[in-house]
Amino acid sequence: MYRYDSYDQKILDQRVEQFRDQVRRRIAGELTEEEFRPLRLRNGLYLQLHAYMLRIAVPYGTLSADQMRGLAHVARRYDKGFGHFTTRTNMQFHWIKLEDVPDALADLAKVQLHGIQTSGNSVRNITADHWAGIAPDEIEDPRIWCEIVRQWTTLHPEFSWLPRKFKIAIGGSPHDRAALRIHDLAFQMRRNDAGEAGFEVMVGGGLGRTPILAKTIREFLPKRHLFSYIEAVLRVYNQLGRRDNMWKARIKILVHELGTEKFRELVEAEWEQIKGGALEVPESEVARIAAQFTPPPYDADAPTFTPEFDALRLNDVGFARWLKTNVAGHKQPGHAIVTVSLKPEGGTPGDITAEQMDAVAELAERYSFGEIRLTHTQNVVLPHVRRADLPALWRALSPLGLAVPNIGLATDIIACPGLDYCSLANARSIPIAQQITRRFNDLARVHDIGELKIKISGCINACGHHHVGHIGILGVDKNGEEFYQITLGGSEDENARLGTILGAALPAGKVVDAVETIVETFLALRRDGERFLDTYRRIGIAPFKERIYATA
Amino acid sequence: MVKAVKTPAAQIVTGNRLRDGAVIYLAVDRAWSTDIDSAEVARDPAAAERLMAIANQAAVDRVVVAPYLIEVAAEGDRIQPLGTRERIRASGPSIAGPHRLSA
Repeated sequence: MYRYDSYDQKILDQRVEQFRDQVRRRIAGELTEEEFRPLRLRNGLYLQLHAYMLRIAVPYGTLSADQMRGLAHVARRYDKGFGHFTTRTNMQFHWIKLEDVPDALADLAKVQLHGIQTSGNSVRNITADHWAGIAPDEIEDPRIWCEIVRQWTTLHPEFSWLPRKFKIAIGGSPHDRAALRIHDLAFQMRRNDAGEAGFEVMVGGGLGRTPILAKTIREFLPKRHLFSYIEAVLRVYNQLGRRDNMWKARIKILVHELGTEKFRELVEAEWEQIKGGALEVPESEVARIAAQFTPPPYDADAPTFTPEFDALRLNDVGFARWLKTNVAGHKQPGHAIVTVSLKPEGGTPGDITAEQMDAVAELAERYSFGEIRLTHTQNVVLPHVRRADLPALWRALSPLGLAVPNIGLATDIIACPGLDYCSLANARSIPIAQQITRRFNDLARVHDIGELKIKISGCINACGHHHVGHIGILGVDKNGEEFYQITLGGSEDENARLGTILGAALPAGKVVDAVETIVETFLALRRDGERFLDTYRRIGIAPFKERIYATA
Repeated sequence: MVKAVKTPAAQIVTGNRLRDGAVIYLAVDRAWSTDIDSAEVARDPAAAERLMAIANQAAVDRVVVAPYLIEVAAEGDRIQPLGTRERIRASGPSIAGPHRLSA
């Protein structure tokens, strides 16, 4: 993991003091709300329906146990004892007081956490694959590059006034676990014919009112050119992106309006002028940062199975299910990747209490070399667990409500905070998620259904990623009532697709029944081994449409 | 048959308190309250304009952020906001208490 040096810490500490003074001036009346708003947004502080909301960046979703404890402390001291993990692997506190924010940020700065550039028209948190550094299929750990780009884009003077927010993601494997194709700019590691590692560059993805999947503008970019290429993309965007209309200001609109080929030409022309110069990433810097992402001292003799493990797997259905869905293979023999489910029955997806945060921190120290990951699907990962420790870890997680065996299944729902919290929302999303988890609370049934990614957004801004859900649910306002539009067949991996609208929006009271009908239709028509998405791709939307909208 | 007389649609002013972001309502005598039932009700455009003038001054005075008018049903001592969003602002997230959907 990256450790701050004295420069990093100084920047953070000074930023906290700067914001402390800005808050003082706001409360004293020396700054109006119009003057203060952009300043607070640059520190991730929003004003939502009920309170201020503070968004804390978790760079590329990697946290230390100490940092998790730091978040727990803020939740306890300055909020209502819980926090919320988002689809960009950030932490949100939903009940923060403005007058407490400087102290909360000072406390977070002690564990190298902050809210810088988690809002505003700047480069946002750079996200990675939550299995970075540990996945068997990985080419290279993308977090090295995420950290390098993070340092370079933080407080970058040329790119602090972009036309709109800018989201970058970097993946290290051929299998896309970071939803790369819905990002403004994404890099997927590739090997060229010479076996060298580099990046496929994709640009112009995004959801919201005009969902578009990113287009490849360069098949292979050598790693050392990463800064200069990003600079070329950002310069073209900065110059030509629409500043006249907030709803057309993302880079996806620019790429769409120019055409991919024209956009690529502009980027390549800009790049020609700047590549190979001062923006070439120094080898020494790469080495310095790469050295902080070396694997932990794994137990080389860790067994794959132990008698305790075998016995438990055979005798305990709960443990066997948890192994199946929440435990994945690790590139280090004898080890496993454990996903901690934040999706209990009736719960709020992504919410975690201060007690749970502290418990996860302790378990990370005991079983995972003190390292934790966040997923964009609003779960937590313990990345370095010895298989021999899985029984003990499962026994520790279960009473905390963190071991529901549902990862990737129907009740592993993504939901934005929605109208219960968010001032942008048109409808509530959390109650829909809660209802679905209650309707599908039979684990045998949920395991039989298999992989099914349900994603719920409370408005067209699509923070719940509904466009790329196998079942997507979008809350809309129809004459003051909450209605929900369902889409089917979206996906967010390397075969990304946008979902297709099923039909007219349904009133809130009919949504869960509709989801159940969709599932029943799938179960009736699936062939052996098919997941929901496979069956959908084979039979199309018509059978689902008929069943939902058939009049009695 | 005597027809029931409905209370006419009325308006109150709401915003977020600057210091802590809490949902507040403009009550009588320029006071602000977290209790919606104590909000001062405007029953005509002139009264609404008067309330907004008070609210805008309160924004300048750093009490409230971005105040605005909302429509309510005011019957007796109780004030009920019209619309899901303002009902949620008045009573908190719908998920904090017993689970229920929009009416």
